[in-house]
Amino acid sequence: MKRDDDFEIRREHLKDLSDAELETRFWSLIEELIDPLLKLGYENTTPAIERSVLLRMGFSSLEAKALVEGCMEHNLMEHGAGNVVYRLSKKDGTDIRTAGLKLMNQGAWEEAEALFGGENA
Amino acid sequence: MSEYKLDKDTKIDVAEILKDLEHYHPRRRGWTWREPAPGLQMGPFTYEDASKPLKDSVGLPPAHYFGDIDPQPIPVITTEIASGRFEDDIRRMRMAAHHGADHIMVIRTAGQSHFDGLIEGTPQGIGGVPVTRKQVRAQRKALDMIEDEVGRPINYHSYVSGVAGPDIAVMFAEEGVNGAHQDPQYNVIYRNINMVRSFVDACESKKVMAWADMAQIDGAHNANATARDAWKVMPELMVQHGINALISAKVGMKKKNICLSTVPPTATPGPCIHMDLPYAVALRDLFHEYRMRAQMNTKYIEASTREATVTHVLNMVISKLTSADIQSTITPDEGRNVPWHIYNIEACDTAKQALIGMDGLMEMVELKKDGYLREKARELKERAILFLENMIELGGYFNSVEEGFFVDSGMFPERNGDGISRKIDGGIGVGTVIKRAADYCAPVTAHYGYNNVAQYDPDAVDDPAKLIGGCTFECPDKIQYIDELDETDNVYLRMDEVKDYAGPNAKLIKPEMEWLADGTVMLTMFFPTDVRHAEAAALEIGKRMNLVDCEVINREIMHRAEGTRIEMKGKVAFSINMDDLQLPTVPDVLSDDELWDAIDKKPMRIVAGTIGDDEHSVGLREILNIKHGGIEKYGIECIYLGTSVPPEKLVQAAIETNADAMLASCIISHDDIHYKNIAKVDRIAREMGVRDKLMFVAGGTQVTDEGAREAGADVGFGRGSHGNHVATFLVKERARREQQNAR
Repeated sequence: MKRDDDFEIRREHLKDLSDAELETRFWSLIEELIDPLLKLGYENTTPAIERSVLLRMGFSSLEAKALVEGCMEHNLMEHGAGNVVYRLSKKDGTDIRTAGLKLMNQGAWEEAEALFGGENA
Repeated sequence: MSEYKLDKDTKIDVAEILKDLEHYHPRRRGWTWREPAPGLQMGPFTYEDASKPLKDSVGLPPAHYFGDIDPQPIPVITTEIASGRFEDDIRRMRMAAHHGADHIMVIRTAGQSHFDGLIEGTPQGIGGVPVTRKQVRAQRKALDMIEDEVGRPINYHSYVSGVAGPDIAVMFAEEGVNGAHQDPQYNVIYRNINMVRSFVDACESKKVMAWADMAQIDGAHNANATARDAWKVMPELMVQHGINALISAKVGMKKKNICLSTVPPTATPGPCIHMDLPYAVALRDLFHEYRMRAQMNTKYIEASTREATVTHVLNMVISKLTSADIQSTITPDEGRNVPWHIYNIEACDTAKQALIGMDGLMEMVELKKDGYLREKARELKERAILFLENMIELGGYFNSVEEGFFVDSGMFPERNGDGISRKIDGGIGVGTVIKRAADYCAPVTAHYGYNNVAQYDPDAVDDPAKLIGGCTFECPDKIQYIDELDETDNVYLRMDEVKDYAGPNAKLIKPEMEWLADGTVMLTMFFPTDVRHAEAAALEIGKRMNLVDCEVINREIMHRAEGTRIEMKGKVAFSINMDDLQLPTVPDVLSDDELWDAIDKKPMRIVAGTIGDDEHSVGLREILNIKHGGIEKYGIECIYLGTSVPPEKLVQAAIETNADAMLASCIISHDDIHYKNIAKVDRIAREMGVRDKLMFVAGGTQVTDEGAREAGADVGFGRGSHGNHVATFLVKERARREQQNAR
């Protein structure tokens, strides 16, 4: 859209504010804008976030990428890719890396799906 | 770990740095600010705004006048390094650190933002390096050694952006990276990454960066560089800074680690300080809890390095008049090539020079509290608030971006409808944001958002990594290190190609601008003609000089018809063997202080003149005259006899004035007349029985030390000699004779 500079009209409600009030207003508006963005971050995940979780769990970037792709394919992302590996390791009584490599190398994805209540959980 | 250590006089051995990287772990984490040293005394000066000095560094060119001091300003000084070969960048980092940089910012290779995951190994980059774990480890390891050498912590920095932001943030936290750019809006506007994805990823990245105590720099400077009229985006810049700053703080980053990347938006020939200063004031009013990273204006940078340097300095005047916690340095050649070594160093020196030159300025001046400056600052803040109000009216951030709110060329609330618009359901990575289920869990440290750890262990809620016995942040041995993935593109192949030029014992050498043995040289030329002819003439000259790949990189008109300045780069196709070089002997020179001291303790008098039928006076005057740094400067009393002085008169004058030495200048040299006259002085002095007590110094453009001694002088000084060389000889020779006589 195009609009001429109507600053003088628009600023009517601001012009009598003190500098301190102006600063408060600036930050409260910023907060109003960003709170929904932080909520999105709180409630959602992404392939990059899940890869970063797997990296921290001791997987290489190549392994993390393959595991997240597997989770995407098998609709397991909503539980967290790290959670998928963790649950499998608990079930098998193995360490984290063994469980992750089992998913990658032996395609134990159905086993993983079952841990989260099967396909329609 | 290897025992390799740096030696201050030896080149860094990159091959040694690359050894044992799989076992390297960073020795510290987090950002370091400089340590202020108020009232610092260095040489003859006292500084108000300096920081703790370095252990070893290279001072500004005139530093030798003041006892080789190298005062360091308080802001952290950045250098941006982007050659494409990280192994060559390591050497540049060492040079930059010695010139005062303590923030090494590694620019990423083109396209890394869109790489979905971490890049591994050491492939070559374009306009930057592929940032990988191995590359980061090698550079951080080298910086550990370099920071010990200069005696100040060096902050290592790159980018947490693109579609692999969280992956990179984790790798950086693991590898001890100290700072990073992170700003979701940068991804959205400039990299067309889906905006929902970008903000969700950003929450995680920032949480990880906060854990690692990294400094964060936002991406707002890109709006300046992109907007049609850079100064019209000032209101939106404050909005972008505000969004990124508050998200970061709410995610858990310390405000003192959140830095605004702020650029004085205008440049000359605009009245830039008049326009930029109110903006700088407005920003510091609103963001006083946060830090300022003063970035240079790059939007209007052209190919003249002189012009870019002046812009840099004008920008630093704003930094000084307001504040800067991190002072950026744009390499002055950025407008014409991927920055070269020498320009990185020049930019560090420019920052150091300008900031130290303005030391204590704010003790003497202050910004006016009313009038234009404050009114304009107020107006900009109000415009930013109106921008925010309009965004909220439109339904929030995403809707506003869809509306093309950002990078519009109108000064808000004016709008020209040419902003960059992105769709909420568009961009790279669209559809990859997934709602977390009730049982969602991530058993790791520094994870943002909903995390159902309690389902496994209620005691682990505050420490989710406890579920797995600690993650890589607590147990770095769990990190999986990948060395190389590409056998055809890696550092070993590149280093092998230039192995004869590499390392401390290299046999061959070539000139270098960015990569080892690149052979690049630059020629500066003036042609008395118009631009087109000058450019063509320059290229022809390059060809005849046997340079290859010649390219004119700067052209400046002196006058449309009278002349053009040309700068041209090219490559030399040959190498020099270091063993074949004839090195001139290093002149034996005492320091100014030592010379003053010696003459102060025991005065000295000399007689001097140009001898024979010889009217040249310039050379001798330069050796004598205090104005030219001659020997008078050290307190030596000089009796100047003039030109065409007969040899016998020189000796007589020495006897009459009871001088310690005779200085004879002889310029005319045909038929060896210069040596004949030197021999005459020697003979007459012997005949008069005074030769032993008089030191006899001969000099001239065609005089050599060897020739002068053969002719009978005690020493000879040829072309390129200065007063301190002559004074050193006189002081040392006098001491030698005194010692000899005492025996």
